Amino acid sequence: MKPRIGQTLVSPVDSTTVVVIRSPDRDLEITCGGVDMAPKDIPLASAGALDPELMGGSMLGKRYAAEELGLELLCTKAGKGTLAANGVPIPIKAAKPLPASD
Amino acid sequence: MNVTMLLDMAADGFGDRVVTGRREDGLSAARLRELSFGGARLVREAGADAVVYLAANGPAFPAALFAAARAGVPLVPVNYRLGKDQLVRLLARHPRGIAIAEAEHRAVLEAVGLPTRTPGEWLELAGGTQAPEPEPEPDAVESESPAVIIYTSGTTSAPKGVVLRHQHLVSYVVGTVEFAGADAHEAALMSVPPYHIAAVSNALTNLFAGRRVMVLESFTPEGWLELVRAQRVTSAMVVPTMLARIMYGAGLDRSVPSLRSLAYGGAKMPQRVIETALREWPHVDFVNAYGLTETSSTIAVLGPQEHREAIASEDPEVRARLASAGKPIPGVDIEIRDGHAIVAAGTSGEIWVSGEQVSGEYLGGGTAVDDGGFFYTRDQGYVDSDGYLFIEGRVDDTIIRGAENIAPAEIEDVLLRHPDVIDAVVVGVPDEEWGQRIEAVVVARDGAELDVAALREQVRGVLRGAKTPDRIVCWPELPRNATGKLVRRDIVAGLAAT
Repeated sequence: MKPRIGQTLVSPVDSTTVVVIRSPDRDLEITCGGVDMAPKDIPLASAGALDPELMGGSMLGKRYAAEELGLELLCTKAGKGTLAANGVPIPIKAAKPLPASD
Repeated sequence: MNVTMLLDMAADGFGDRVVTGRREDGLSAARLRELSFGGARLVREAGADAVVYLAANGPAFPAALFAAARAGVPLVPVNYRLGKDQLVRLLARHPRGIAIAEAEHRAVLEAVGLPTRTPGEWLELAGGTQAPEPEPEPDAVESESPAVIIYTSGTTSAPKGVVLRHQHLVSYVVGTVEFAGADAHEAALMSVPPYHIAAVSNALTNLFAGRRVMVLESFTPEGWLELVRAQRVTSAMVVPTMLARIMYGAGLDRSVPSLRSLAYGGAKMPQRVIETALREWPHVDFVNAYGLTETSSTIAVLGPQEHREAIASEDPEVRARLASAGKPIPGVDIEIRDGHAIVAAGTSGEIWVSGEQVSGEYLGGGTAVDDGGFFYTRDQGYVDSDGYLFIEGRVDDTIIRGAENIAPAEIEDVLLRHPDVIDAVVVGVPDEEWGQRIEAVVVARDGAELDVAALREQVRGVLRGAKTPDRIVCWPELPRNATGKLVRRDIVAGLAAT
């Protein structure tokens, strides 16, 4: 799947929902708890179950960034599964808040 | 991706927190979400293709913004100070809209066929007698749909409708704000009217941060200071004229113990005003934000630490940064160009900008974005060797005297150095010999007797003769619009008449 900026991806096996904030122009495998995530507007095939080894969870409002891939996701609904790209868990992006400007 | 996603996240993350209005009776994030569903129902029942907002800022404003987004139509905030003819011309571009307006405007709106509710009626109808059940997700509103149409202030040309799509606003918010990053006690005070881009961006960024927003409907320095103290406001945004009035108003109690952060923008900040403010309020973090409607608000900021370093520095280059717009925010690229070529650091040119938040698109077609995705701001400026951006004014304000291009800002800066000058503007006035000649209008500090001949000599001593105003006159105040921008054509007209 080639994620598009602005696209909403949902997990078929838990409540996790993310929005693509930054993405390279190429195919990536984005998973939650080991199961492929899919665009919100495309019906999901039944896709197995959360891998009990991949239950790191995600937090509402946090950004997850795989810097080496140029991928960034915003968690809009938290869930139990670990977010991963091409099989590698995606860490939370360290917050570097700007001063409030408006 | 839609701005309602930001509201849904806020309602999920901190639904009980009051996010707009006074702590004692404001709206919670969860309530705002309910109102967005109820409001979307009103939009759909009316078959409307836009929500026109023609009222002062208040809780109905975010309610209207998110109702429009939920219904998949744009919000069109309109200047409620426009004259009737201008208003009718503008409304004619949204014939199938539904309006939220104060009662005084109802007749005009209904005459052009827009069903109209007052802000109070809208909140009551959208809220219903009981909380409405959230409706099933309507047809997904695409990122590419227009979220807001904001008309430019039209100080240099006829107002243009700038189209900001959901992707632009959401990119701006998630790129610059940490979700739920505000403490529960934080409150922001907004003093710009709802038809200004900062009012839209402010409603979104503060909600996403979880910071309560208060609005001041009509600005007075006393009213602003009292509200900051009474509601223990922690952050605020003002335009430069407001800060000048707060700093220089006679007999004001300027104590603001709760205030932590003050952002300013929208027009050029006179150096002396910001220096006075930094000394008056050493505990406050000052932020200079530079942006345009077409760029979904802020694209560069000068932060608190940079302000403190600049005012404390003996190094003229560091000191000069107080007049800088700072550095681009994450996700934004700025280029200074001369024609198609990028110019070297320190060289003045046209300011171009790119990024996910940049729209550059106008209603009825037309875009000011080039093939590489860069938008021409029509501002002139330069970037110094450390990457700080300096704005030198609108290209359209450039005076052409003989064959020479002259930026008014440089001359205005020199005029403002005079201790008795509190405001100044330089314009080109039609001239048979030169095409344009340079004239200046200054405002003297209360009670000061200004010797304009001596002032003119002072300018000549700093700038060349070709940049010295041919005439300097003194006016009691300069014509500025409600958001602090100079209306230069009124100044030219006023000068031509005297």
